[in-house]
Amino acid sequence: MPMVFEVFRRERPGAPMQHAGSIAAPDQRFAEIYAREQYGRRGESEALWLVPRGAIDELGEFVDEFDLKYRRVDGYSIKERLKEARQRAGTLES
Amino acid sequence: MPGPSRAELLLALADDELILGWRNSEWTGIAPFLEEDVAFSSIAQNEIGHARALYELAARELGTDADTLAFDRSPEEYRSSPLVELRRLEWARTIVRHWLYETADAIRLEALKQSDDAEIAGIATKIDREEVYHRIHAEMWIDRLLASDDARPRLDEAIEELWPYALGVLDDDLRPELVRKVEEKLGRTMPDVEPVSRGQHEAELAELLEEMTMVRRSAPAGARW
Repeated sequence: MPMVFEVFRRERPGAPMQHAGSIAAPDQRFAEIYAREQYGRRGESEALWLVPRGAIDELGEFVDEFDLKYRRVDGYSIKERLKEARQRAGTLES
Repeated sequence: MPGPSRAELLLALADDELILGWRNSEWTGIAPFLEEDVAFSSIAQNEIGHARALYELAARELGTDADTLAFDRSPEEYRSSPLVELRRLEWARTIVRHWLYETADAIRLEALKQSDDAEIAGIATKIDREEVYHRIHAEMWIDRLLASDDARPRLDEAIEELWPYALGVLDDDLRPELVRKVEEKLGRTMPDVEPVSRGQHEAELAELLEEMTMVRRSAPAGARW
């Protein structure tokens, strides 16, 4: 049975690791070679992470029955309200 | 007897890499499983890339260009070793050939990296930086096949068949190192056999060149791509 590894790659030092895809391989040694060949040989990555799929703790099903939008980071747009406030105060830059 | 000239040396290396790259690319689309297909094709491309760099160096010396050297010579003019010319579309043999070649190539590159010729030493160093990964790939396959009761006999059979060819990749002085490395990996003594040396060609080379140059020959002379 092949093992599946999720591969993450970093484009340049300091950049975040981003999911690149997955690799199926007989073992970790094969997976390292395959990941290198598929995600690293055209200079597109500066580092790779290989994560055995079994090690991933996946959480799902997020309920939002009462539409509590204000609790979300992007839930509140203050842009318009800020503009209004500035207008009232007469400090709006055109 | 004088040794091979600089251009001959470069052509021997380039021809080995081109022909093996071509042979390995025959697995593209039909390798045992998908990830291996991608990896083995990528290794094949690397080899052809090395061939191009080597042909370019040789071409400068011979006053021609890389494509002319790669595609427009007759089979007898190639300096490839018979090992890389064999058409062995069977996985055990392919892996054994890959491993034997990479092991021999590492010994050859190590010697070239010490060359007084800065260009030769430089290109050997550059090539070796990619070959490292080919060796890791080849060795992990050999280790895996050695550990399998089903694969081991087939592996042994392929090694026996290809061993004289593997010796033929290297010049006399470098062969003992190949024997040492192969014996170390396999944990047994290799038979003392007559090497199938560079300079002779397998019949399969002519067929390969026929196919490889088909498109190029179909175009009018001087066509630009």
